[in-house]
Amino acid sequence: MLEIKNLHAKVDGREILKGLNLTVNAGEVHAVMGPNGSGKSTLAHILAGREGYQVTGGGVTYLGHDLLTMAPEERARTGVFLAFQYPVEIPGVNNVYLLKAAFNAIRKQRGEEELDAMDFLALMKAKMQFMEMDPSFLNRAVNEGFSGGEKKRNEILQMLVLEPKLALLDETDSGLDIDALKVVAKGVNKLRDPTRAIVMVTHYQRLLDHVVPDKVHVLTDGRVVKSGGKDLALELEKRGYDWLKEGAAA
Amino acid sequence: MSMAPYREAFAAYPTPQAWVQTIKEAALQRASASGYPTTRDEAWKYTSMAALEKRGFKPVASEAKLDTAELASLLIPGLDYPRAVFVNGRFDAKSSRLPKGIRIVSARAADESLRTLLPVSKLWEDDVFLNLNTALFQDALMLELSADTRLDVPFELLHVSVPGSEPASHQLRCIVKLGTHADATLVERYVGLAGAKHLTNSVVQVHLDAGAKLTHLRLQDEDTQGFHVGRILVQQAADSSYISHNVQIGAAWSRLDLAVDLEAAGAHAELNGLYAVNDQQHVDNHTSIKHAAPHTTSRELYRGILDGHGRAVFNGKVQVAKHAVKTDSAQANHNLLLSPGAEIDTKPELEIYADDVKCAHGATIGQLDEQQLFYLRSRGLDADAARVLLVGAFAERLVSALPLPAVAAHLRQRLGASIRQLNGPVKP
Repeated sequence: MLEIKNLHAKVDGREILKGLNLTVNAGEVHAVMGPNGSGKSTLAHILAGREGYQVTGGGVTYLGHDLLTMAPEERARTGVFLAFQYPVEIPGVNNVYLLKAAFNAIRKQRGEEELDAMDFLALMKAKMQFMEMDPSFLNRAVNEGFSGGEKKRNEILQMLVLEPKLALLDETDSGLDIDALKVVAKGVNKLRDPTRAIVMVTHYQRLLDHVVPDKVHVLTDGRVVKSGGKDLALELEKRGYDWLKEGAAA
Repeated sequence: MSMAPYREAFAAYPTPQAWVQTIKEAALQRASASGYPTTRDEAWKYTSMAALEKRGFKPVASEAKLDTAELASLLIPGLDYPRAVFVNGRFDAKSSRLPKGIRIVSARAADESLRTLLPVSKLWEDDVFLNLNTALFQDALMLELSADTRLDVPFELLHVSVPGSEPASHQLRCIVKLGTHADATLVERYVGLAGAKHLTNSVVQVHLDAGAKLTHLRLQDEDTQGFHVGRILVQQAADSSYISHNVQIGAAWSRLDLAVDLEAAGAHAELNGLYAVNDQQHVDNHTSIKHAAPHTTSRELYRGILDGHGRAVFNGKVQVAKHAVKTDSAQANHNLLLSPGAEIDTKPELEIYADDVKCAHGATIGQLDEQQLFYLRSRGLDADAARVLLVGAFAERLVSALPLPAVAAHLRQRLGASIRQLNGPVKP
């Protein structure tokens, strides 16, 4: 589904990704781990189409498309979803309005009929109940005045409504208490399906206790330096990242 | 702009009562003596009269026609009668229905009430537009409520500019006088049929007795070739409230002066404003709030959306007199600049002569937030749709504050349509 080959990228002239390779197949859940500054968030942003990154080498193929040439909205409409590390507050735009516009833009792309307001509301309510969210949330402005946990929950709610093919979760577990973490994990597990892939960028092991990955990759200095199964995450939890940095240098 | 056409029109339409004629003649003389402002006048520094002078508007008193279908196309769905319709400055009785408390006073058959209500404070005695209005208005709208009465439903004053053979100026006068604890909602609206290249010169005087409350919605949505000048002069007694929602989105060139005098303790004013310009549009809002007594309060929030080569001016004056202690005033002006060709000149102007007062103010000029744009696009909205949504969201703070949902819905639709036409670049 997703094939990243020898990806090089710069931000403000500084090289962040230095030949990154990663292949993700449908039905798989991958965890990308690594120390601060290793390029994890840069990778997630580049895949979602954020401006300000200069790709200097390599490429990304997604479902046969050259992903990097697509506008952010085209990526979203063909099934890429980024759950933001820092979801943006948008005063004046309410949640249900944004999600309905997004949902119908994606349906249109797939050649499906747009859902009317009543049906959409029913869908939203069911998903919100699943995410243990208050109904008053519907008419609140997007992320405005939300706590850190509410924002992350909202990202996962959007993901469940939009049903992406490829979900990228950027540090979705950071800033969550254990109850919120469990709800978020429940949402991610709900999306697991043989036709979808999930890439979780995370700093810590704890999300992986609840969403068990098929593969774990360690990103250090802009490259994947080690890949393994779920046990690799546990090993990282015990030993930290330094032994891999040395290994990478050797 | 020459005064000659105004003098000719004045001579052509004499009023039979000597005292009316005297007031009008004095006003015309003052207008001739003062002439028009220039950009050397501080209050007109950023608004040139050149475009207005070039058009050479002539006052016309003849009645223009507006058919039923045309009128219907201009109405706001859900905002029903009562309504007073004016066409090119003249009252259109057949399109209007007036509730108790509202009447039309013709300059030719003026009653004594006008004698005391027409004069304005010293500060405005030499305002040329006000004087031309006084000299040449034909039909004045009087909204007069006695103590402890209220208008049960909002009342709409609708002024329609209809295209004519030459650019004309129309003078519209409205006087609102609310007795003690009286309460009314006035929707004042200015629209034009396509191609109406006229100048609307409107004067609204508001007198609020103790405890009275006026909610005043004003929508200036003239044709894109129209010109518009407005003066709103408000005098407030103790514990009265003046709540203004002032929207300026139409006309090629417009200038509004809104002056509020808080004359006794407990008087409260709220000035909400929204303006949007595009292409070569020019809009100027000058507000002035005078805290002339202790324990008076004011809140002011104006927002502007500027695109194309549009230009806007905001000047917010707040004066606190020496004895007006415990004044509490806050003012903010926020602007969204969408194109490198657009321009905003914003200026808070505070004159505080009292101690022990609270006066906050702030002005900002910004662009669309790139992070918000990316967030929306990452959810599948195309760049244009994301932009429209964010501009609408910026305006929403004021649109959602409108006390009439029908007017808010109408404005959302109007803004949505005009935002879609915005021609600035997608990237800020």
